Amino acid sequence: MHNKSLSELSASLQSGEFSSVELTQHYLDRINKHNAGLNAFITVADDHALQQAQAADLRLQQKTAGKLTGIPLAHKDIFCTQGLRTSCASKMLDNFISPYDATVVEKINAAGMVTLGKTNMDEFAMGSSNETSFYGAVKNPWDLERVPGGSSGGSAATIAARLAPIATGTDTGGSIRQPASLCNLTGLKPTYGRVSRYGMIAFASSLDQAGPMASSAEDAALLLNEMAGFDERDSTSVERDVPDYTTNLNDSLEGLKIGLPKEFFDDGLDSDVAATIDAAIKMYQSLGATVKEITLPNTALSVPTYYVVAPAECSSNLSRMDGVRFGHRCDDPKDLDDLYFRSRGEGFGEEVKRRIMIGTYALSAGYYDAYYLKAQQCRRLISDDFKQAFNNVDVIMGPTAPTTAFKMGEKTDDPVAMYLADIYTISTNLAGLPGMSIPAGFVGGLPVGLQLIGNYFEEAKLLNIAHKYQQATDWHQQTPEAFK
Amino acid sequence: MSLDKTDVEKIAHLARLAIDDDAIPDYARDLTNIFKLVEQMEQVDTSDITPMAHPLDAHQRLRSDVVKETDQRELFQSIAPKTAAGVYLVPQVIE
Repeated sequence: MHNKSLSELSASLQSGEFSSVELTQHYLDRINKHNAGLNAFITVADDHALQQAQAADLRLQQKTAGKLTGIPLAHKDIFCTQGLRTSCASKMLDNFISPYDATVVEKINAAGMVTLGKTNMDEFAMGSSNETSFYGAVKNPWDLERVPGGSSGGSAATIAARLAPIATGTDTGGSIRQPASLCNLTGLKPTYGRVSRYGMIAFASSLDQAGPMASSAEDAALLLNEMAGFDERDSTSVERDVPDYTTNLNDSLEGLKIGLPKEFFDDGLDSDVAATIDAAIKMYQSLGATVKEITLPNTALSVPTYYVVAPAECSSNLSRMDGVRFGHRCDDPKDLDDLYFRSRGEGFGEEVKRRIMIGTYALSAGYYDAYYLKAQQCRRLISDDFKQAFNNVDVIMGPTAPTTAFKMGEKTDDPVAMYLADIYTISTNLAGLPGMSIPAGFVGGLPVGLQLIGNYFEEAKLLNIAHKYQQATDWHQQTPEAFK
Repeated sequence: MSLDKTDVEKIAHLARLAIDDDAIPDYARDLTNIFKLVEQMEQVDTSDITPMAHPLDAHQRLRSDVVKETDQRELFQSIAPKTAAGVYLVPQVIE
């Protein structure tokens, strides 16, 4: 059951080959068996999942089921789920039970999907290795001594180990694409504003975007169909029709113009990863695409710019965690200041504190122009580079990450080294463009991801480009030996 | 730029974060390194560039001022650390 695509699962559920309760129980059993070793879930929702599965079975019997009704999934623990703990992997929200559902959760529930549980992540989505979680690090199913990437590392490990057929993730600087790359998955970060941010705990509001993490482009398209759409409760949600993302999956790639930014193939890129990416590009040429070198001259600015914009926005967003209305409160505060200082000091982990402090400093009196304003100007330059590039090419390709999965602990003492792991993904968020990572091969038994960047709202084209590659290759079908 | 103990204490105060004295040298080192990375922005002249506030240059959407949400005070306060008679309780502020 756990190696089937969403379409196959859907067909089996509709034909009655197995019920949603049976399928859900199968995944819950797998989670029971494997989660202790992987630490991919923060909360497993056994009873809740089986109730949803029963309701789905009723819809299937009554023939009122949709395509995804009865199919289980896992939510990153950043999405608010009514009645089910939403911790954002922080001690601060260890006791937080949301009084409402995020729009993404509401829409997925309405589609009749079954929530297996909430996946582990970097605390408040701040990290690239899933090592900053209050609940401990997640292990990469391809090598248990290595990181799964982050911040959506729990969702990535969950799908890679086939503990759920599909999962939600969020991406502020690469948090869907980088773990997808490190765990051999297909991950899509949509255009900024395409998926509602309502009920998705905010990290950096001008960059955050939710998307699907899946085993294939076709699966990702099916889930994006449910996730995307205008939401009046999100002030930056885009009022634009949602296409059926599966319609164009099989379009020919004949004449597709691929741009390869020379800045993505610099000295920082591992040579074996580079060779894997080259081979993937050759495959696209054999499918009818043409390739052209392009330049995104301000790429080197993206990490410095991001580490002003994201911390500035996070320091503001996380000011709501003050121990007053919800979340962690310190014992016996002697006055209101003591309550704020100690609740926040105890509730936040080291990386979150570091980022709050960077943001606080960058926004403090006298420094605004030098940091935040300057960063917003650099952001314009980065965005303009992409605009230029898309005048000449249909899609931009390159590596998702400079290396394969690194060892646990390797970068934890050096925040700057960790930040540079996102060098190829961050610029897409700054520009608000859609980006994907798809499996492109292996180096030393570890997965390598190919990144696809599209123009605004061209998710359907990206999925088409990814799907055609997956029709011609079987990298995406590889699963780690221990989880077959 | 290099941040010292006093800078770190000042920033932590602005951010309302209690941090251990022992951890201050590490914060000073890490924040200094991060700001060194950030200062690479200075290499580019941006004097004529309009700051980018939104990727799609969208404007704030307006809506009519009508009450749509119902009062859910009890539900929202059910997850609060301390409440009484419908208000959130914090240590006394005014003597």
